[in-house]
Amino acid sequence: MTFSNTNSPAIIVEDLKKVFRKRSGFMKSKVTEQWALKGISFTVKDRETYGVLGPNGSGKSTLIRVLSTLLIPDGGSVEILGHTLPKDERWIRQNIGRVSVDAAFYKKLSARENLLYAAQLYGIKPGVAQKRALEILGRLGLKLKRFNDPLEEMSRGMQQKISVARALLINPPLLLLDEPTTGLDPKSRRDVQTYLEEIRKEEGTTIVLTTHDMAEAERLCDRIAFIAHGRIVAEGTADELKLKADTENLEDAFIKITGEKFNDEKEEGEEE
Amino acid sequence: MIERIFRPMWAFIFRDFHLNRRYFSWVLVFTFYAVVNSATVALIGVATNDFKLLLNLILGVVLWSYLAAMFSEIAQSISYERWEGTLEYTFMAPVSRLVHLTGVSISATGYALMRVVLVVFGLMLLVPFHLGGANLGGIMVVMIVASVAFVGLGLMAAVLPVMSPEHGGPATSIFQGLMLLVSGIYYPVKVLPTWLQPFSMFSPATYALKACRKLLGVDALPKGASFSSQLHGASLRDVLPELGILLIMGCVLIPLGLFIFNRAEHWAKKTGKLKRTG
Ligand SMILES: Nc1ncnc2c1ncn2[C@@H]1O[C@H](COP(=O)(O)OP(=O)(O)OP(=O)(O)O)[C@@H](O)[C@H]1O
Ligand SMILES: [Mg+2]
Repeated sequence: MTFSNTNSPAIIVEDLKKVFRKRSGFMKSKVTEQWALKGISFTVKDRETYGVLGPNGSGKSTLIRVLSTLLIPDGGSVEILGHTLPKDERWIRQNIGRVSVDAAFYKKLSARENLLYAAQLYGIKPGVAQKRALEILGRLGLKLKRFNDPLEEMSRGMQQKISVARALLINPPLLLLDEPTTGLDPKSRRDVQTYLEEIRKEEGTTIVLTTHDMAEAERLCDRIAFIAHGRIVAEGTADELKLKADTENLEDAFIKITGEKFNDEKEEGEEE
Repeated sequence: MIERIFRPMWAFIFRDFHLNRRYFSWVLVFTFYAVVNSATVALIGVATNDFKLLLNLILGVVLWSYLAAMFSEIAQSISYERWEGTLEYTFMAPVSRLVHLTGVSISATGYALMRVVLVVFGLMLLVPFHLGGANLGGIMVVMIVASVAFVGLGLMAAVLPVMSPEHGGPATSIFQGLMLLVSGIYYPVKVLPTWLQPFSMFSPATYALKACRKLLGVDALPKGASFSSQLHGASLRDVLPELGILLIMGCVLIPLGLFIFNRAEHWAKKTGKLKRTG
């Protein structure tokens, strides 16, 4: 994939707002508003890895969904790889890959069938897709003989790796990763992180990453935004954020700046 | 062209084929049930010793098992994606809804065809009847034209699970039940309560049945006709009015179904109804 203007930003988000309305009460007359995004602005540079860190419910997944064309915002503008939403929705869809925290697959189908289905949606030949899928899964450390097993027989971590493979199969210039390593064991987590570093180097992929793992954020992200209650409360490199919060490590900076108790992933995983 | 239209369309057929393969025991169970159900209904005609009734019942079960299978396959394809959580991935793929739903409809039609062939075989095995003199080719033509209208209805029904994961599935079943009630599958519409009768006008199945009865030649049979009676099936020319109505219904229902689907998708993206977890 080539772009004429390689040095212009990959993502420009301005004053992005998203509200969820819930109706309740008599004849559903009472409307409660939940502002998930309260005016977010940021820019992601071409080939940059941009981390979005925030407490549970701060709006990270909502942001990723807006960028992946799955939610229509209630205000603000989004420009991705020089194209604007919602006008160039189709073009943008062709050029983004997304990994969500839950590995959503047809659980009865095998990894092969799920991946070939996904690839063909993007117009990729099954033969080409299969070769690429096997290569990616191999690099992610998944045993290839499981390629034809139904996904329901696989552990959550294995499914998550296949989910990463699905996003990378189309070799997108922009990857949107919503907690891609949550629920992975330390070795698998490292496999995924290493692979992300490699494709970033090889392909020049731009990445937006949300995570609750501070070490992961420090390892992968060029810049990090802290988000709380639907607003960006701080932005910068990991070092800048630590300096700003005057703390030793990123986790302390996170807690200090977002002003919330940090829920570690164990708690997160229990929701499964 | 291939990359943007045919390969994505094929992706849905590929997916549905493998899903049916993996759920093969269920496919078998449903098909078995459809065959048995059809035979039990048809045997009522045998028991009453009335060839006319028997043929009317057979026509009803065959046509309905085909149309209902197609309709519910389309509607359930979306329900199923909601259930698995894959709907977000399907919706964020660079595929137009037309291509997506055409792919789904093609595999639904294939599935329904397979079912109806097995139902017909089952009937031939279990129920003594002959179709000598019927215009079977004409009946095929009517079924093909009726399929188009039913695809349109299926698209509209598929909208419901997009809007609500909990209520969408049940609502499509109710919709299907209502259609079965008003279309006069096993009985003339005349026997319905008067206030219900006008609704039959809106069901494509009503016209498909009407045309097929003429083509089969059952209308011309006297009540209580003997099982050896010769049939005199009408020619396609005689059912042109019904074919015309079915065609018009198809031409209206498919674009309308697509339009409603797109609106519902927009609404779901606006209100956050697409997501399941995370
Ligand atoms: N589809 C939806 N319908 C209604 N409310 C929603 C929807 N999606 C998100 N919300 C609400 O918006 C807020 C932000 O949710 P979001 O999922 O973006 O948080 P998050 O930062 O990803 O949290 P986590 O770390 O737990 O994944 C929450 O209050 C949530 O309840
Ligand atoms: Mg989230």
